[in-house]
Amino acid sequence: MEIELSSQQLAARDKFREFAQNEIEPFADQHDRDENTPPELIGKMAEAGYLGAVVPREYGGLEMDAITFGLLCEEIGRSSTSILSLLTVQGMVCQAIAQWGSPEQRMHWLPKLATGQTIAAFGLTEPDVGSDAGSVETAAVEADGHYVLNGKKQWISFGQVADLFLIIAQCNGKATAFLVERDSPGFSSNAITGMLGFRAAMLAKLSMDECRIPAANLVGRIGFGFSHVAGVALDHGRYCVGWGCLGLAEACLHASLEYANQRKQFGSLLRGHQLIQQMLAEMIANIKATRLLCYHAGYLKDRGDPALIMETSTAKYFASKTVSQAAGHTLQIHGANGCSSAYPVQRYLRDAKIMEIIEGSTQIQQIIIAKSGLLEFSMEKRRRRKQAAGNA
Amino acid sequence: MTVETVREKIKEVLGQFAADDVADGQEIFTSGLVNSLFAMQLVLFLEQEFQFKVEDDDLDINNFDTLNALVDFVEKKTS
Repeated sequence: MEIELSSQQLAARDKFREFAQNEIEPFADQHDRDENTPPELIGKMAEAGYLGAVVPREYGGLEMDAITFGLLCEEIGRSSTSILSLLTVQGMVCQAIAQWGSPEQRMHWLPKLATGQTIAAFGLTEPDVGSDAGSVETAAVEADGHYVLNGKKQWISFGQVADLFLIIAQCNGKATAFLVERDSPGFSSNAITGMLGFRAAMLAKLSMDECRIPAANLVGRIGFGFSHVAGVALDHGRYCVGWGCLGLAEACLHASLEYANQRKQFGSLLRGHQLIQQMLAEMIANIKATRLLCYHAGYLKDRGDPALIMETSTAKYFASKTVSQAAGHTLQIHGANGCSSAYPVQRYLRDAKIMEIIEGSTQIQQIIIAKSGLLEFSMEKRRRRKQAAGNA
Repeated sequence: MTVETVREKIKEVLGQFAADDVADGQEIFTSGLVNSLFAMQLVLFLEQEFQFKVEDDDLDINNFDTLNALVDFVEKKTS
């Protein structure tokens, strides 16, 4: 077993880090305060090809391998989780179209998504539907070669500026996916402000009021919108968030080490205090474990191994808990300074908490992981029974 | 690959990711036996194990809902 990055992956990571350190990090606190991501930054992300990172080359994307893409998420997440969410939702829609779109949808949308000419957002969550995502209430009805959508979506990252939305709605009582363009009649979006974290993620509420879209905008088939179309998107989302958590946790650790090396209390630097060391040790160990889980999920993703679904869920679960704890420790180490706007630490804490909620909350991941463990246990018992019967 | 080998392989993956001892004609999706994650695990398994691409045109519950249907689907895609 070898766990190390290739020279190409190392070079890509350096490039991503340089981009994030120059273009994102110096402005992240300001964007957080403004609750805004300037279009110029989105343009720079597009220019670098990052908005088409997972789009196949035949459609003009970079078609990154899973580990390289993970490294991109890590470096962007280290600088700003709001910008990470742009990468996440763009990729979620790209993946859904690449996997389940019709040939026409792939030909039409993927090149535009790859270059960033089209910005995409994912519309699953609703005002009354969160974790129970299969029960969306937005309704779609077929009429005269069109679908007519009625309903509301909420907490939609980059919903303020996206041109294209992947919307999950009930059609004939079955969850179904549709592509809805911003200029569709009956579609509108309203900015959400005052959030705890992800404040620059341009969150929006979407309204579809007799929103009319061409029948050709159905993605996949009726009834496969949640299980398959959203399934691909959410798996991608969990993967991005897991790696992004790793980046943010590293930012927390770096800030903590720096502060512990310069701040003196009781006549000695914080780094010499054992209770500070305890927090540093927890961060360091959990970050290392998170990295291994992310690598493993990426390895399985590149192989197309079905185990990737559960391993990605596990990585996201552990990574988001890790970053939440790391940000809490970082704030504790910084004390009142960490609570002030002079340090990014308060942003880290606010953003870290969001990571435990998006793309399946910690509690939803726990349910999934426990059920999977129980199944594995049953399988193992059955295998041993068979083996014993064979030996008898 | 024989039909029986295909059946055994699918049965194993059902046991691994969905539920123990699924009967040949038992409904997997429409009965609510499996969760939504299994849908993607199944697609990945079919593509990896039997080396074909599950296309948007293949999204028909009649292709996936029972062990028998899955065996027929694999036969159709690989023949």
